Amino acid sequence: MSLWYNLVDFLLPFEWAHYVFMKNALLGVLLVTPMFGLLGTMVVNNKMAFFADALGHSALTGIAIGVILGITNPIWSMLAFSLMLAVVIIKVKNVNTSSTDTIIGVFASTAVALGVVILSFRGGFTKYSVYLIGDLLSISKIDLLILPIIFIIVIFIWSIAFNKLLLVSVNQLLARSRGINVDFYEYLFTITVAVIVTISIQWVGVLIISSMLVLPAAAARNISSNIRQYHVYSVAIALISGVAGLILSYFLGSASGATMVLIASMFFGITFFMKLKLYS
Amino acid sequence: MINDSKSINNPKMKNSLKMKNSIKVKNINCKKCSCGLCCTKIKDFGVTIGKTEILKDINLHIHCGDLTAIIGANGAGKSTLLKALLGGIPHSGNITFVDGNKKLARKLKMGYVPQKLDFDYSSPVSVLDIFSATLNTRPVWFSISKDARKKALESLSLVDGEYLIDKRLGVLSGGELQRVLLALALQPIPDILLLDEPVSGIDQNGLKLFYKTVSNLRKNYDLSIILVSHDLHLVSQYADRIAFINNKTIECCGTAEEVFSNEKVIDVFGVDWNKVMVNENEKDDE
Repeated sequence: MSLWYNLVDFLLPFEWAHYVFMKNALLGVLLVTPMFGLLGTMVVNNKMAFFADALGHSALTGIAIGVILGITNPIWSMLAFSLMLAVVIIKVKNVNTSSTDTIIGVFASTAVALGVVILSFRGGFTKYSVYLIGDLLSISKIDLLILPIIFIIVIFIWSIAFNKLLLVSVNQLLARSRGINVDFYEYLFTITVAVIVTISIQWVGVLIISSMLVLPAAAARNISSNIRQYHVYSVAIALISGVAGLILSYFLGSASGATMVLIASMFFGITFFMKLKLYS
Repeated sequence: MINDSKSINNPKMKNSLKMKNSIKVKNINCKKCSCGLCCTKIKDFGVTIGKTEILKDINLHIHCGDLTAIIGANGAGKSTLLKALLGGIPHSGNITFVDGNKKLARKLKMGYVPQKLDFDYSSPVSVLDIFSATLNTRPVWFSISKDARKKALESLSLVDGEYLIDKRLGVLSGGELQRVLLALALQPIPDILLLDEPVSGIDQNGLKLFYKTVSNLRKNYDLSIILVSHDLHLVSQYADRIAFINNKTIECCGTAEEVFSNEKVIDVFGVDWNKVMVNENEKDDE
């Protein structure tokens, strides 16, 4: 860690970069946002924006379950609950042919309501409101040790499974005719998304977590014409909005997650007009 | 990469590509196939979803080089049959494949041309991306090998679609998309090709071009083809055999003349296609 601190002191001799919590947050942003950029490409391709939103919201119930069980760090109960929800949603989706949106909506609202009821029991909701908007500056040293491991795992999964995921998303039967185990890859992807969303909630917040996943990719697709460009732009936009949002939130004293999302949506606006110009 | 595409335009290279293709043809023992030695047997095939029986007692015998068309009313179970053949839904009965040497098959290699794509058409996925994802393990987002590009161009040349390679899937016309998906299904050359004809979105010329390509491929590669179709006119022109699905099973199977004169077929489609064809032929003669 001291290596990182020295590096920041050397490269960024600014006042904001002087504080340890900012150095930690910066490292966190540099590790988390590229993952959002990568996974977001496929989330948007598969029209799973609403699903990501549902996952984020269901974290409230995860926290509530953690409180009931008396777990000090609710991350584990959040993870368990969101994984369960992800698997259940896919199962129901595959059995039932009716609209996926409706199914996700039913599960998400139930989960949110359940979480709010449990957490607000006897009027104690305010102490959990930190999860609603998140606090990037609260990122701890242990988090910073776990994050690189997750980062490497995600890159690894993305490297070996992406081609297959792409075929599955283009047409499931086509993928099957190529001998691809469609169910396995569907679960693999959904679970990866669920894990990333859940562990990032404490820093980004329940309310806007899905925007972090959707916005960079949505902005990137406006201006890209193949997968490679899509990934490069998406990751770049995620990184730039992450770092810029962090610095800006320092000076504004605003919530960092929301500031990042605002910058990402500015990118979306810019690329949207670029697209209009490109195709007109 | 620019060099690659240039060299494809070069006629000499084109010839050498064709040479390569013809070598492949020899490799799959074509001569043996065309005398009907290799065939695909679908036996006692049935599909039941939940408590609803959708298909039962389907028996089909498909020889190499045959184009078998499956027709039937909407909801008769044509697409379900394809899905089940591909293993997308559970089924009873079995499919066996016997190759030219009477060896009971290695695993059946299936090619599939879907009716439509599942995902968002505005996605930035290029034709080359799809080919590379199918042929290579190297992640498409990292880089695309020259080899994949060459193979993709080779396949696309079979359907006259080389010019589509760098286009986004979303901007292709219905006919172009169909040809790209066909080219994809032909890499590598499958034992049996399953085609699900799109219900809408392709103009008549596009459809004709598509069928022409399929027809040529069938001759050159001795492919067994199963085609689910809605266009009786084209079916009668190109299919060797027609299987009519009605009441959960194949009620009638044979040449176009035989099937179209079947009372049940006339009943379902409301026309006697033999008469229509005769009329049209007369028109052509005039």
